[in-house]
Amino acid sequence: MKLSTEDLLDVGCGAAFLGTGGGGDPYIGRMLATSAINAFGMPEIIEPEDLDDDAFVCTVAMLGAPTVLIEKAACGDDVDLVISRMEKYTGRKIDAILPVEIGGVNSMLPIMAAARSGLPLVNADGMGRAFPEIQMVSFNIHGVSCTPAVIADDHLNSFVIETATAKRAEDLVRVASIEMGCSVIMSSYAMSGAEVKRTAVPGTMTLALEIGRAIARGRSSGTPVEELVNYLRSTEYYNQCKVLFEGKVSDLRRETRQGFAIGYCQLTAMDGSGREMEVTFRNEHLVAKEGGQLRAIVPDLICMVDNETAEPVPVEALKYGQRLTILGVSAPPILRSEKALAVVGPASFGLDETFVPVEQL
Amino acid sequence: MRIGVDVGGTNTDAVLMDGERVLAWCKSPTTLNVSDGIVGAIRHVLDQSGVAVSNIQCVMIGTTHFTNAFVERNHLLDVGILRVALPASRGIPPLTDWPESLLSEIGDHRHLVRGGYQFDGRLNSALDEQAVAQAARDFKAKGLQTVAITSVFSPVNGDMEQRAAEIVAEEMGDVAITLSHTIGRVGLPERENATVMNASLAALSSRVVNSFRSALQQLDITAPFFISQNDGTLMSAEVVEKYPVLTFASGPTNSMRGAAYLSGQKNALVGDIGGTTTDIGVLNSGFPRESSVAVDIGGVRTNFRMPDVLALGLGGGSLVVETEDGVRIGPRSVGYRLTDKARIFGGDTLTASDIAVAAGYADFGNRELINDLPAELVSAAVDEIHRLVADGVDRMKVSAEPIPLILVGGGSVLINRDIPGVSEVIIPEFAGVANAIGASIAQVSGEYDNMVSYEEVAREDAIAQAREEAEARAVQAGAEAGSIEVLDIEETPLSYGPAGAVRLRVKVAGALQQVAASGS
Repeated sequence: MKLSTEDLLDVGCGAAFLGTGGGGDPYIGRMLATSAINAFGMPEIIEPEDLDDDAFVCTVAMLGAPTVLIEKAACGDDVDLVISRMEKYTGRKIDAILPVEIGGVNSMLPIMAAARSGLPLVNADGMGRAFPEIQMVSFNIHGVSCTPAVIADDHLNSFVIETATAKRAEDLVRVASIEMGCSVIMSSYAMSGAEVKRTAVPGTMTLALEIGRAIARGRSSGTPVEELVNYLRSTEYYNQCKVLFEGKVSDLRRETRQGFAIGYCQLTAMDGSGREMEVTFRNEHLVAKEGGQLRAIVPDLICMVDNETAEPVPVEALKYGQRLTILGVSAPPILRSEKALAVVGPASFGLDETFVPVEQL
Repeated sequence: MRIGVDVGGTNTDAVLMDGERVLAWCKSPTTLNVSDGIVGAIRHVLDQSGVAVSNIQCVMIGTTHFTNAFVERNHLLDVGILRVALPASRGIPPLTDWPESLLSEIGDHRHLVRGGYQFDGRLNSALDEQAVAQAARDFKAKGLQTVAITSVFSPVNGDMEQRAAEIVAEEMGDVAITLSHTIGRVGLPERENATVMNASLAALSSRVVNSFRSALQQLDITAPFFISQNDGTLMSAEVVEKYPVLTFASGPTNSMRGAAYLSGQKNALVGDIGGTTTDIGVLNSGFPRESSVAVDIGGVRTNFRMPDVLALGLGGGSLVVETEDGVRIGPRSVGYRLTDKARIFGGDTLTASDIAVAAGYADFGNRELINDLPAELVSAAVDEIHRLVADGVDRMKVSAEPIPLILVGGGSVLINRDIPGVSEVIIPEFAGVANAIGASIAQVSGEYDNMVSYEEVAREDAIAQAREEAEARAVQAGAEAGSIEVLDIEETPLSYGPAGAVRLRVKVAGALQQVAASGS
């Protein structure tokens, strides 16, 4: 796959959609990637099967609250620092950068990292969407160790951790990240090429690009939401796709707590029927309910887009009075297995509901 | 009685309103010094109606002057850009993504210094006062007159921007300073962009606001005057002088609100055809549809709340050119020089206005002067004009269902046929001065902006209280109590403060009492 700087617009739009309300504003990521590409050139993008089985690959991502990222993003040296410390700590030369989540800003941060380091970027990720916590990835679900992990802030304070479980790494890093200003750079899930092929969700950079292109196509033909839904239905992962609700933001509560953007958004139908939908989020949208009735639940994707332009609207950009369409979209099958649901299912977010696929609701 | 004025790039319009009634109106060319055009237009409506100056209670001015200046890169100052954030934020330097043509206007004078806050109000870095002073000395040495200061997380705490401004003022003496926390919300690149835009307009804004003042003085009008802002509410001249960016979207807001008012339609498309462009927007329940996409102004991304408007390069002054592929209309335009340049006014340039007159459905200028135009050219150009509008309508439409299209603006005379996808084309009376009418019905707002604790007062109660206070302030400022609606509710949690501390901002707006009263 080849990308141009113009493609970054479509990738960013698709990534914002797959961010399911969270994942951080890809505009910020695009600016970071563009600045890096202007200085260092566009990185090469390779497919997972292009990797040698014994190649050494690591992820680079931004971790924090989306409400903070739009104000204070990576500075560049922090990205270089996590890569060099990872190499030093493991004693191995890194061969490629792997995105950890395609949704949101972390679709772009690996492009920035790859551009700055001159390493190729792998067309894959660990979820095909965005999740708020670092154990919530297919790599962890299928036995790749999260640590050693390197964390750095923009003051270039850094540390390496090793933990028994990925969840433990999440707990420790989250506390540190709050202390470090709620926006840090992290390199983790160092793994072999063989492990990438076994555990990653392949082709997700392409999917983000194509979702962005579908929305752009829809805008010129005048039916962006339909075009988006049609494209999603043609994909391998997102083919179960439903319009859950159309309405106007009538209440919104959002705060930065425990290192996350937490809250809910209530929408009221514009047809005068008085129907209401409530969507709760923790960085990403978790549950969508209409009149108390479950309509979609994590790990399926709950995505808010503008009624008329299909522009994905992240949690931090929600505003009172906005008119939105809510889509429920199937997660990649790798996230819907019993094994996966133990890590990324409703219970992992402290929810009482059990997972029901969106197509059965 | 009140006067609404619209100062556009091409025309300056004035309307004299008594409640809902239009007593007199006037459309006149915008003058180079702005003030003459305003004096002329207001004098005209006063003379026409015989109303004495002493009966004027209020003057409302809408202007696209600042937007035009920024988009056309006119009268922009070189800006000293000071970002108070290091070591944070280096990944996205100031002016990333700005178009080349703008960079050459505002220069490349950037300093990043240590300072700013974290999301929760803790320190990012202590303010490097020496570096601020050094940056200010550099700006001064370069002869800059305006500075934009943006500190990381200033919407949470604006103190460091204030302190930096003190130092800059001390070093530079007479300098215009824009602080980002007074303009934008959280989102550093967009807030900084808006701050730099505002700073670049510093000289123009005081010049233009002064022309407004002197125009009213010349006319002996002592009634208060206001300028309409993006959200359709009014602000004082002093505020506009400091924050010209707050008028950036007032043009489309005024024309759409004016169109709704004149036509009585609540759900419709609005096409505002001016001298150079046609702005197409959507009215939903009487209010302009807001853009959800970050709004680009002159190629720069901002996070203002603005009406969603599609601008087409079609207006009364659009150039009509015959090419191998047929007739092309616009986007180039003779603009405000229509009355010198257009054929019907004795000029040598064929414009869209000439076509409308030649086709026989508009009547102004001198028809004799275009007798020589071939009938095929006129008919092809008429087709092209309607095709351009139909295309724009199609791109802005919400659904396949036909809805009315309200045409306003001086260029509405260009249209005389049905447009596909539109149930009816409505050109209301006074369509030519809809913007000025929109300004004259601008709303009065009231705002509540305070720290509250949701631990002490339940959130619902706190918001209800804030709303009540904002409403009281709007009423005090002249709003009709029954017409007040909530424009915006914004909560910024401050987790560093006492538990549950939130900065709560509620903005409400309603119709001016004299506007609402006479309507009943």
